[in-house]
Amino acid sequence: MRRKGVSYAKYGYIFSIPFVLAYIIFHLYPLVFTTVIGFTDYKGIGKTNFKFLEDIFANFKLILNNPSFQVSLKNTFGMWLVNFIPQILLALLLTAWFTNNRRKIKGQGFFKVVLYMPNIITQATIAILFSQLFAYPTGPINSLLQNMGLIDSPSFFLMNKTLSRGIISFIQFWMWYGYTMIILVSGVLGINPELFEAAEIDGATSRQTFFKITIPNLRTILLFTLVTSLVGGLNMFDIPKLFNNGLPDNATLTSSVFIYNQAFSGSYLYNRAAAASLIMFFIIAICSAALFLIMYDRDAAQIRKLEKKQYKALRKLDKEARRVAK
Amino acid sequence: MRHEVTIPQKLYKIFIYVICILLAILSILPFYIMFVNATRGTYEIQSNALSLIPSKYLLSNYKVFEGKSFSPIVGFINSMIISTGVTALTAYFSSMTAYALVAYNWKLRQPFFAFILAVMMVPGQLTSIGFYQFMYRIGWTNSYLPLILPAIAAPTVVFFMRQYLIGTLSLDIVNSGRIDGAGEFHIFNRIIIPIMKPAIATQAIFAFVGSWNNYFMPSILLTSKEKYTMPIMISQLKGDIYKTEYGSVYLGLALTVLPLFIVYFALSKYIIAGVALGGVKE
Repeated sequence: MRRKGVSYAKYGYIFSIPFVLAYIIFHLYPLVFTTVIGFTDYKGIGKTNFKFLEDIFANFKLILNNPSFQVSLKNTFGMWLVNFIPQILLALLLTAWFTNNRRKIKGQGFFKVVLYMPNIITQATIAILFSQLFAYPTGPINSLLQNMGLIDSPSFFLMNKTLSRGIISFIQFWMWYGYTMIILVSGVLGINPELFEAAEIDGATSRQTFFKITIPNLRTILLFTLVTSLVGGLNMFDIPKLFNNGLPDNATLTSSVFIYNQAFSGSYLYNRAAAASLIMFFIIAICSAALFLIMYDRDAAQIRKLEKKQYKALRKLDKEARRVAK
Repeated sequence: MRHEVTIPQKLYKIFIYVICILLAILSILPFYIMFVNATRGTYEIQSNALSLIPSKYLLSNYKVFEGKSFSPIVGFINSMIISTGVTALTAYFSSMTAYALVAYNWKLRQPFFAFILAVMMVPGQLTSIGFYQFMYRIGWTNSYLPLILPAIAAPTVVFFMRQYLIGTLSLDIVNSGRIDGAGEFHIFNRIIIPIMKPAIATQAIFAFVGSWNNYFMPSILLTSKEKYTMPIMISQLKGDIYKTEYGSVYLGLALTVLPLFIVYFALSKYIIAGVALGGVKE
């Protein structure tokens, strides 16, 4: 970096200033301010003065004991899980199909473009579109079921708790499995091709190759997918808010919708919303840290073991190949 | 190794294609029904909400919007202003930050990068209470500034830009610029930005779409109707005034999807490549 004694190091700082300033003002300060508000009596519209509460954790206690918040937590986790498990399974299956060298699937580019497509459409649009598709008494799904003779009269799907939750999970699944599949496929393409060649020479079946080579080598990317999906899922807002607004009977209320309703829809309980935000913040931080630790530990140990095994196998093959060549 | 193609294997391959085609239909069908119903009259939808053949009520469906809260053109213009601002700021300043991380050797470089990695996961939505109160105090509610300016600091974009720059930047180019007497800012604007164009293009698409689709923040900050963005306009379709105007609701949704469809199918190659980039980050 030094030329004729000129140091350019200061430009590293200068070029980082805009980012740092914007981060402090628009991201860090709001985070600190949210934390402070969580411990105060800050509520009501148009008010800007506040003081700390005598019982400093009063807001947190109230939120943790609030039945709606408890339900919203359960819903958020539940709906995320019901979306994520089939999502990752289908994405893995498609990845196995698309990256199989023996079974060249044509039109992959087309399938990727179409399966990923719902992901870029505005979530607000998708939420309302699905509430229209399942509308009562005249929605396309009702019409379809009636035309097929499966039901006699239109059914009020959105009044059914389990079904409402299920549809939201399905929307999430439908929007995200294409994304996950593309990420996983690109992950597989990043694996050292020699490993697959070695497996093929050893006569491994497609299934064996997938479970013994592909999956272990995808660990990091699977972890990445899991964590980003979890963080996104625990923040789910647009779809539950606009699909059914937490109805029926809080069945689709997520924690983000709960926070929004506390602060911005009539009650202006900023302090409790802030406390709920912080609780969610901690849950998300703990979940992602735990996932990282669990996967990383196992990962590190197992990958080292695996790599050793794979290298041994490769070396053996190499030797054999050389012997044959002789 | 040669593998004989047996009949079960052939059947399995057909099975794969069938599943993939069914999934493709599943992706498209909801939007297809939406476009068709946008052209159908309320009476038609009432008698049978599921049709694959368009009808001729497009204009009368559109007339319903006149004088009501859903105005796709206003929403389009407002979203365009915000998303363009966000995209320009994110692209320029993330490139600059990434350049600072790659080209210069400064003491806090590694800690700064570690910081960016750590905050990549922090969901912005959870700090919205403090953000809203802060903006309320400085009188920035109902302004586009709090929706645009935070884009200067986009940790995820900086991360991707940095990865790209590490792979492509040769310090020789920078040094030859210096020998020619160019200043550091000049080098960045004239030499580095052109080098980073492919990365900027991909990240710009995602920044634009992300901002375009953002509903949470604008819905908190914007209260006057003439400032509403597209997603807020969409949420207006849930209102009671459209309860019996089935065709118009579908048309409203279709109008919000159409620009995204055009952009997506025009740029799908870059978008898919950009998504795939997420998978190689280690």
